[in-house]
Amino acid sequence: MPALLESAGPATSAGPAPSPASSTRPSRRRAGTIRKRIEIAVFAGPALVVFLGFVILPVLLAAVYSLYNLPPAFKWENLAEPERFIGLDNYVRALTTPEFLRAIGNNFTILVLSPLIQGPIAIMVALLLNRRMRGRSVFRLLIFVPYVLAEVIAGLSWKLLLQPQGGVNAMLEAVGLGALQQNWLADPNIALWTMFGILTWKYVGFAIILMLAGLQGVPEELSEAASIDGAGWWQIQRHITIPLLGPTIRIWAFLSMIGALQLFDMVWVTVAPTVRSMSTETMATYMVQQGQFAGQPGYGSAIAVILFLISLVVALVYQRFALRRDLAGAVTTGVR
Amino acid sequence: MTVTSAITTGRARSGPPAGRGRAGRAGRGLGRGTAGRGFDWGQPFVYLIALVVAGLAIGPVLYVIIGGFRTTADLNANPAGMPDPWVFQNYATVLGSSRFWGNVLASMILAFATTAGVVVLGIMAAFVIARYEFRGRQTLYTLFTAGLMFPLTVAALPLTLLLRTIGLHGTYLGVIIPSIAFALPTTIIILVPFLRAIPAELEEAAAIDGTSRIGFFWRILLPLSMPGLMTVGVLAFVGSWNGYLLPLLVISTGTLPQDLWPLPLGVTQFSTQYSQDTGAVLAYTSLAMIPALVFFLAAEKRIVGGLQGAVKG
Repeated sequence: MPALLESAGPATSAGPAPSPASSTRPSRRRAGTIRKRIEIAVFAGPALVVFLGFVILPVLLAAVYSLYNLPPAFKWENLAEPERFIGLDNYVRALTTPEFLRAIGNNFTILVLSPLIQGPIAIMVALLLNRRMRGRSVFRLLIFVPYVLAEVIAGLSWKLLLQPQGGVNAMLEAVGLGALQQNWLADPNIALWTMFGILTWKYVGFAIILMLAGLQGVPEELSEAASIDGAGWWQIQRHITIPLLGPTIRIWAFLSMIGALQLFDMVWVTVAPTVRSMSTETMATYMVQQGQFAGQPGYGSAIAVILFLISLVVALVYQRFALRRDLAGAVTTGVR
Repeated sequence: MTVTSAITTGRARSGPPAGRGRAGRAGRGLGRGTAGRGFDWGQPFVYLIALVVAGLAIGPVLYVIIGGFRTTADLNANPAGMPDPWVFQNYATVLGSSRFWGNVLASMILAFATTAGVVVLGIMAAFVIARYEFRGRQTLYTLFTAGLMFPLTVAALPLTLLLRTIGLHGTYLGVIIPSIAFALPTTIIILVPFLRAIPAELEEAAAIDGTSRIGFFWRILLPLSMPGLMTVGVLAFVGSWNGYLLPLLVISTGTLPQDLWPLPLGVTQFSTQYSQDTGAVLAYTSLAMIPALVFFLAAEKRIVGGLQGAVKG
């Protein structure tokens, strides 16, 4: 699959369309033009309508709603009521609410820790396993299982395992580490770290698979040559393989960071609402809590806009400083 | 040193670069085989690491599945033990409940409808962008690709209000249509280069033979782009099957009965409702895993390939 996609030519622009043989006679050409326009409209129309109506419009509406104090039972007429327009008050309120500020902090904690902790684990495991060995495909299948499960299912499983009377504490007890028993998901002091552990479990397999795929693109000849010159295993990895794995690592880190900023499902189902509001709130959970379940769509929309702006800035900064060699212009234009 | 040589031989690559023929690889293999090294001590260590990592990955999953075979009393008495005795009551109850099958059915409807919509709308739009020459083509492409910048999370609240206004709130369509819309950017980004790579000569030949462009689309382009469509379809299916935020906002706050909620919602609801009956919750959760796991086993190559394609470009 990757080979096919790679060979598909430059994806950075739509480029000139291959023009098929077309008649040059004016009358037929004109009829052909009209026909062509109809074809274009019929083919691209449905996708365009759905996309504009259900992606672009809601995003624009979020920006509009964020300037209003809207009731839970929102109606369009509310936007015309002058007393509902409150300017930037929703934003001021969000940025002065400790709970939301902690949510931003939590998102960034996970954003920074994910590459720092999952990255080295994934790279080391991938380097060790990048060899001909029995059961390799079974191994790939097994480590990919957590990634394939829905976050909700994985989260509920861990919730059961991490109950005070659950499997994890019982196993700690059984191996004589009873002193390490915790109320993993209900103790506000450690819930965020527990959450990070679960996320690592869920996503490190994906990172390993990507790194293994990236290693396929590192020429064997280089490490063979180095080995002939007397370089040891770690020297080869450190000075040849890992640098050549750079593009894969940087793009994986990017995906991981964007994921960290959008984090919702896992936190929402795994941590009880009271503990969440004390310690593991993320921007997305706070947005849904306030906007939907506390009935403040205007305030929730302001959170959504802040979340969008933060993601945008992170993406642009990361692209500017880390990705620019790998995919020129990808984030700004949205084209891969 | 021994580790080094084992590493460097690696695995045969999927796409052999130019100049690396069969002979070269065979020669290397021979060389490795006749190197006459002693026992490779790196190998057991690597297997140990692999075993530990794989164990950590599926341990919790196994715990949930095995836990489903235990009574709640047994679970409470000894949370870390094996079933004693093995009971099938939990699984039987779940499998006999209309609720579980209703959840599965709902998830199937959502996933299949979303996949079909994404594939059909995506290939049509990608066809126009890839193979028609007209003003605004580049703009159209940029518009779709810019959609990557707008995650569902950002649009979720206004989207819910919008669906209320047009009467789709609380319905399957209210989940399906937005899911299609948010899957379109990735789909088009994957499909456009794919369609573009099909040589213009084919289209010219078809035109000379009197085939219209639509005919070319149906008879030549569509069959040739099957691999791309499969990748796109699998990604859309998995995304829909695992999706939680949209069903939470659109369906759980609507009037649809819980028996007809999609699986992720249904599982959370069940686990809240029967939180005291751990055995039943474990059984419900592990049965909810099975469709995703089976589907994954069937489509592993496509999922991994699609992800790598998305990452490597």
